[in-house]
Amino acid sequence: MTSSLEVDDLVSGWGRTVVLNGVSLTATPGSTLAILGRNGAGKTTLFATLMGLTTLHGGTILMGGRAIDALPTHRRARLGLGYVSQEREIFSSLTVMENLAVAALPGGWPPERVFALFPLLAERRRTTGNRLSGGEQQMLAIARALVGGPKILLLDEPLEGLAPIVVENLFEALLAIRDNAGVTMILAEQKVDFALAFAEDALVLERGCIVFRGRTAELRADEALQHRLLAIGEL
Amino acid sequence: MRRARVVAAIGHAVPWAIAVVYFFAVPSDLDFGTQVMIWILFAMSLDLALGYAGILTLGQAAFFGLGAYTAGLFAIHLSPDPLLGHLAAIGVTMLVGALTGAMILHTTGVTLLMLTLAIVSVLSQYANQATDLTGGDNGLQGIRLDPIFGVFEFNIFGKTAYFYALVVLFGWFVLARRIVHSPFGRSLDGIRQNPHRMRAIGTPVWWRLLAIYTISAAMAGSAGALSAHATRFVGLSVLDLLTSGTVTVALILGGTRRLYGGFIGATIYLVVQDYSAKISPFFWEFVVGGLLIATVLLLEGGLLDFGPAVLRLRDRWQAGQRR
Repeated sequence: MTSSLEVDDLVSGWGRTVVLNGVSLTATPGSTLAILGRNGAGKTTLFATLMGLTTLHGGTILMGGRAIDALPTHRRARLGLGYVSQEREIFSSLTVMENLAVAALPGGWPPERVFALFPLLAERRRTTGNRLSGGEQQMLAIARALVGGPKILLLDEPLEGLAPIVVENLFEALLAIRDNAGVTMILAEQKVDFALAFAEDALVLERGCIVFRGRTAELRADEALQHRLLAIGEL
Repeated sequence: MRRARVVAAIGHAVPWAIAVVYFFAVPSDLDFGTQVMIWILFAMSLDLALGYAGILTLGQAAFFGLGAYTAGLFAIHLSPDPLLGHLAAIGVTMLVGALTGAMILHTTGVTLLMLTLAIVSVLSQYANQATDLTGGDNGLQGIRLDPIFGVFEFNIFGKTAYFYALVVLFGWFVLARRIVHSPFGRSLDGIRQNPHRMRAIGTPVWWRLLAIYTISAAMAGSAGALSAHATRFVGLSVLDLLTSGTVTVALILGGTRRLYGGFIGATIYLVVQDYSAKISPFFWEFVVGGLLIATVLLLEGGLLDFGPAVLRLRDRWQAGQRR
């Protein structure tokens, strides 16, 4: 199951502080979109706004043609907006199975399906959240979103802070979801190479505004553009 | 694995076995045992709201008191049938729990704490002023009860009250266990840890909190009804802030989020109170206070954590020996 997302002229932030200033984007059903930008550009705020966790000052959010910007967070999740936050936010006192059980919604992935995707989690199904490694927690965070049956999956820097081998494993899993599940996927990522290899379309944020919107192929081909937008190598 | 299961089964049987043994071993003081069970139930109700769901409340006495007054007034004015009165107490406290919960559960932290205090204060003042209904300071007297099922009579020996309390406690315990191990109960654990994340995975947090708050209120009301029936008296103290404080101390003393915390905490609290008060009427608060300080400083999980804490110390000591 999949759905489209249309965001128009979004102005939002935390309380009176405005972070996003007129962000518009469109994701067609089953498409993949990479959100790029430096730290503090507004990537996380964008996801939080889509979920209804920020203060919305203006703009509209349509999911499958339906306005969701006035809905409470849990209703958006139930409509099929899956969100894997940067902090992972695994429930530390719950086991892997229980973390999945509390997030399961009708029409979501059955546990066997997420365990097929993440065999490591299947072995740890009775382990509590506080005893999982960083990589396992990230897998569980993604699995927890999948058992909710998302039509659109928001992934906030899922590869951050993990060992290279774990990053590769996770990336494989993300590719498998992209190719087999037909879910619309929106990925915010600092690892530009992975993001560009993953998504068809890309969007670059800078100080809450969009400075680039186009095909990832364009960005991949034009290194000068990459440099200018993402300041690669400036360090 | 199998051995662990047998040990666990024995562990579960222990408190109920003690309750039955007490009945035969101390027939002269069944009233005390009944009081202990009432407070265990009361503490268990708080464990659901405060321990599992993290609802910061000091208003649990509101439901205990409301349950007690409902059961007492029901017996005096409507019907002396204890079971009907008990059900009425549960119904009324559920209703009030749902209504007040709907008003306050969108808040958190100190705001929520103050609102729960306000609710218990309002009820307490009302009971104090409405002397025609509640007897005010003199308490509600003249409660007469029919025998349970027309057979088991309430009398001064307290046998009926004892088993009545035991059966009610067991019933609520089984229900509470089912609740906390269900996906609903596990989601409360998640809400306590991270309500935002729970919303983001599609959980209607406010409704879940309202549901457990209502169940917790009904359980506290049931404990209050037991108290009214067992003593055939309801005093203003059931709605006292101190009553909320006492049940909180009992729960924290025993340990939250185990259901059994109330068993240990309430028992220890009442036993210590009983014994040290015999030595000196001013002494028992000192002992309970000291016990509470020692428990929260040394045992993270309350007195239930005493065994594991000793084992940890032993392991550490042995590790030191080997080195």
